[in-house]
Amino acid sequence: MSISVKNITKRFGDFTALDNVSVEVPTGSLLALLGPSGSGKTTLLRIIAGLEIADSGSVLCQDEDVTHHSARQRNVGFVFQHYALFRHMNVFENVAFGMRVRKQPKKLISERVRELLHLVRLEGLERRYPAQLSGGQRQRIALARALAIQPKVLLLDEPFGALDAKVRQELRNWLRRLHDEIHTTSVFVTHDQEEAFEVADKVVVMNQGRVEQAGAPHEVFERPANPFVMDFLGNVNVFHGRVQNGRALVGGLEVDCPEYPHQESRPATMYVRPHELEIEHSPNGAASLKARVERINSAGSIAKVFLLAVEFPVGLNVEISPERYGELGLKAGDTVYVSPRKVRVFVPEYVI
Amino acid sequence: MSPSNRKVLPGFSLSLGYTLLYMSLLALIPLAACFTKAFSLSVDQFWAAVWTPRTVAAYQFTFTVSIVSSLASIILGFVIAWVLVRYDFPLKRIFDALIDLPFALPTAVAGLVYSGLYVETGWLGQFLVPLGIYGAYSRFAVVLVLTFLGIPFVVRTLQPVLESLEDDKEEAAYLLGASRSQTFWRVIFPTLIPALVTGFALSLARGLGEYGSVVFVSGNMPFKTEIAPVLIVARLEEFAYAEATAIAVVLLVISFAMLVLINLLERWSKRYYA
Repeated sequence: MSISVKNITKRFGDFTALDNVSVEVPTGSLLALLGPSGSGKTTLLRIIAGLEIADSGSVLCQDEDVTHHSARQRNVGFVFQHYALFRHMNVFENVAFGMRVRKQPKKLISERVRELLHLVRLEGLERRYPAQLSGGQRQRIALARALAIQPKVLLLDEPFGALDAKVRQELRNWLRRLHDEIHTTSVFVTHDQEEAFEVADKVVVMNQGRVEQAGAPHEVFERPANPFVMDFLGNVNVFHGRVQNGRALVGGLEVDCPEYPHQESRPATMYVRPHELEIEHSPNGAASLKARVERINSAGSIAKVFLLAVEFPVGLNVEISPERYGELGLKAGDTVYVSPRKVRVFVPEYVI
Repeated sequence: MSPSNRKVLPGFSLSLGYTLLYMSLLALIPLAACFTKAFSLSVDQFWAAVWTPRTVAAYQFTFTVSIVSSLASIILGFVIAWVLVRYDFPLKRIFDALIDLPFALPTAVAGLVYSGLYVETGWLGQFLVPLGIYGAYSRFAVVLVLTFLGIPFVVRTLQPVLESLEDDKEEAAYLLGASRSQTFWRVIFPTLIPALVTGFALSLARGLGEYGSVVFVSGNMPFKTEIAPVLIVARLEEFAYAEATAIAVVLLVISFAMLVLINLLERWSKRYYA
């Protein structure tokens, strides 16, 4: 079942949580609402669920306008960040809750609970209480409980936010596989770009109550619509320079910028991701910056090199493969040349 | 103490020693003295002192009114705690502070005020007595005043629990299709049971031990509205100290048994906390 959110605006007092937001969730897809805290992503999710009422705009489920339906009528599955399990009920009763309040026959309930516990791979824990489970287990029970009412859509509010790194990684992969199995249209909220890219079919980047960019993960990553998205999607090196006649200049570095063919010189910002920078011992002809190695972190699958440009005080983050790191034999204090393979230039919009 | 046993705060043996000392000085020694005095009587004398039709009626009355008023306290106290936690209204803080008043008020004052209000010529009594409601010098009067004294215990034990209830539990229930009453009875109420049991135990203990207010409102009619502590005072006035303590011992034993039972119930109601 597809969801369309149209022109939603929501204010809390003077604070505008959502400012004319529209989002399309195609049937059967898994969409991530990605953004920093305060960007309105959770509010949007709660509006889709019916837990908050928008000041204006509408929510459509397939073609039905559900804006004025209560959360109870919408039949959505919702997974909370802190699980929200009923601690006085055991696992079985938690999962069965939605069916119990709908007065479904006992036999059907116990069959369905068994199926769901199998689906979340927690069979045999029926008699445990939530306090006796680990965080990851609790979140899977919460998911089983949400699925028990056979929801039209599944909404997850920072579902892995309260878990530690390893469990988070496991559950993320598991959620993706689960989604491929059940194909329920799903929306999840996260502030972790890696999580969004790894799990979602479509990513919506939000900031200050607005949608900055929406698209497939690789699209958003490769072609960020604006500096915010570029900046938010992971580590990035930022250079402030000028553009003129289709060329951008920062210190000794000069790159193409066909988007700005004008003759008038303007300030511009250049963004380069750490893995798009190359380190050489001597200038190889390509545009490069002279820099001094400050610190190296080679623990991990990539070597992270922190440098300081010689000509002007700007720090650089560079990520290179361990092999390349071995070849270069870098150590702190070395003077090297850093050249970008790919640069994105953003020229601030004209202000008249 | 072995190093592996080190706690952040030292001094377990010292603090345990103090605790035992104070427990002994304040509770155990007086209780032992009470028992010793009572057992200075022979078995027959003891039995004659504690088990007459009048004393049995007094025990029954004491325990019945305490239980009834504690039940009333948990119902009324729950409503008050709920309103104080969930809603905002003018003068809420003053109202909140008033809850503690029965803790501080000399209970004799409460008794005098209640009896003054509910007697036939009192402000409330002039309307209620013609309707057949006797709010003074009756069993109902004792229940009224004990409920007044018991409510703060329930409110103060429930308030923190109600405040700590997370919204997401209620939202989860609602999204899963539960109605308001289903959400209350299946999700909220069960988590309040331990606090309600504690509140019940505290107000029951208060009721069993209450003397000051009850003597003013009950009328102290033997076989009808006479509480066991009144009999103790009556024995003391006759200088029959051993008989007085014998009645006290019976009260103590029954009260203790009830509180143990309630504690077990409380523990059972918390079984799902890991």
